Amino acid sequence: MIAFIEGPAWYAALTIFVVFSLWRLGWVLLMGGDKHKSPARASAAAGAIRNIFVDLAPRGAFLKRGKVWFVALAGYAFHLGLFAVLLFAAPHVDFIEQKLLGFGWTPMPYWGFIVTAEIAFAGLLLLWIRRFVDPVTRLISRLDDHLAAGLTFIVMLTGCLALGQQSVFLRGLHMGFVELWLVYFPFSSLFHTFTWPLSRGYSGALFGRRGIRA
Amino acid sequence: MNNTKSAAVSNFDKQGDLPDAERHASAMQAFISEFGSRAASYMESCVRCGLCAEACHFYLTTGDEKYTPIHKIRPFEQAYLRHAGPFAPLYRFLGLTPPVNLEELERWEELIYDSCTLCGRCTLACPMGIDIAELVKEARHGMYSAGLVPDRLAHIVRNAEVKHSPFGEPADFRRTVRKIAKQHKVKIPLDAKRADLLLTTAPGDLEDNPQSVAAAARILNRLGISWTFSSDAFEATNFGYLSGNMELQKELTCRLIDKAREIGADTILLPECGHAYGAARWEAAQWYGGPTGVRILHMIEFLADRIESGAIELKKAKGSATFHDPCQLIRRGGLERAPRVILEALGFDLRELEDHGITAFCCGGGGGVLANARAEPLRLKAFELKKSQVEATKAEHFFTSCGQCRLQFTRGAQHFKWKKPIESLLEAVDAHMTAKR
Repeated sequence: MIAFIEGPAWYAALTIFVVFSLWRLGWVLLMGGDKHKSPARASAAAGAIRNIFVDLAPRGAFLKRGKVWFVALAGYAFHLGLFAVLLFAAPHVDFIEQKLLGFGWTPMPYWGFIVTAEIAFAGLLLLWIRRFVDPVTRLISRLDDHLAAGLTFIVMLTGCLALGQQSVFLRGLHMGFVELWLVYFPFSSLFHTFTWPLSRGYSGALFGRRGIRA
Repeated sequence: MNNTKSAAVSNFDKQGDLPDAERHASAMQAFISEFGSRAASYMESCVRCGLCAEACHFYLTTGDEKYTPIHKIRPFEQAYLRHAGPFAPLYRFLGLTPPVNLEELERWEELIYDSCTLCGRCTLACPMGIDIAELVKEARHGMYSAGLVPDRLAHIVRNAEVKHSPFGEPADFRRTVRKIAKQHKVKIPLDAKRADLLLTTAPGDLEDNPQSVAAAARILNRLGISWTFSSDAFEATNFGYLSGNMELQKELTCRLIDKAREIGADTILLPECGHAYGAARWEAAQWYGGPTGVRILHMIEFLADRIESGAIELKKAKGSATFHDPCQLIRRGGLERAPRVILEALGFDLRELEDHGITAFCCGGGGGVLANARAEPLRLKAFELKKSQVEATKAEHFFTSCGQCRLQFTRGAQHFKWKKPIESLLEAVDAHMTAKR
């Protein structure tokens, strides 16, 4: 079973992830845009770059709102924690070296993993709970948002359980959920991982063209 | 669209006699035609965090979650997922998103027209940078096609279509301009065959603030500019832009540009109007079908430029002032610096509002909301927010540079018996101008 999960199932999940992600991204990019634009006051490209790479913290005017602080802190905690665990947890570095790239890097220490994972868990759970308790997010959330949060939570949880690598079952369980997550990813709101630079880029280009110091 | 009738009970209006199926089909066709890479990127990026609500004056002042900006475009989003998105067949086959129906569009009319001023503050709060104001504007195209527009707004659009302008016909304009010229003792060139600059105006100025028209004329005369009004192309406001009537938007845009080119004007000068700037400065080329060959300037941009070049010299005023940043000029238009240049030149002690510049709150009347009679309770809520910020500055003068904002504040002040006069930057420059060049 573990051979199947780490072999054909892994490659099948990866293929679905890559093919449908490219399909979704390609579809969006090839939909076309405005042909005629009024004269720009300043650089659209500079505005896009600034909106994607620089203006990533909430603007001061919005920080008067507690919910903005909450979402910003929980959001950054979750995303930074998740990426740190994904790229620097010792089993992940081994996996990347053996299965994907052929080379690795220095992993984070065990205590670092524990702290980082706790930060990521806290962020994810706080954001997910908010979907149920805040009237605004309760109104606008879809089933997809809950599935995406739930699957990510399970992947992280099984990952923690499998951290010691002493149990083949736990490793297989984690890999199985990772594959499920990869299959779900291109069809879900998880895909914002790839589309946020486009979205922020388009808005930034508008700010840039119009000379808005956003 | 000339057979306007109100639907009783529910908070929506319907125009025309289109059968329901045709209404629905028109809306869907218009929705789907709007989706390009930009709109699709926005649709594909939302994570439903709800932070847009924290920026919206209508949500903040009512606490009603239905005013969450991203919620306002829900039918538009459904149309995307089912008919234009990368997995549209899958969404339809598995029923992952319900089809948009006419009842839903009727319910959403209030959210799309009454509770969005297209101010774009939510865009700045969105972690994904989704330009919800732009999406609401695009959704209005579908709503207009379906004949689902607030009656009062539809009536104004109809006037713009058949009478040339919501203000009236060219003859009405000529009569009014002559009257303003006589009353204010100012020379107003009208229908000159050749001029370097075409001045435009707005119904609000002609009806409620004619001194503003006179002020613009006096300033241009003192500067010695060759300019004219045109009774064929005087209307700067674009109710096509606000209502979602794309044909009208195009017609009104092209009318100004064609007239400017006809008389050899290299500049179209827009009055103190916010959305006129958005429609003409930033969307004209799209509707004109390419470069217009004409420079389009807003009044405050023009005045700030002339002040900085030294062409306009001003007597110093006394006292303190605060300024309301009109959304379409500042947050959506990039003119944040211009009013501050003018206020500094006037010598006022500028006391900024708690929220100013690109994150200023909207007046609550933009985006066609002021023209929408049934939206008054919401408008007044937004007015209270602004009123409290103005009062907190304790400034003696309260300026703005948009006719719609000014009207919204004037009406709000009347309702709440607020004694603060709402002043225009243009009129202040006229009153303090000394140079005669």
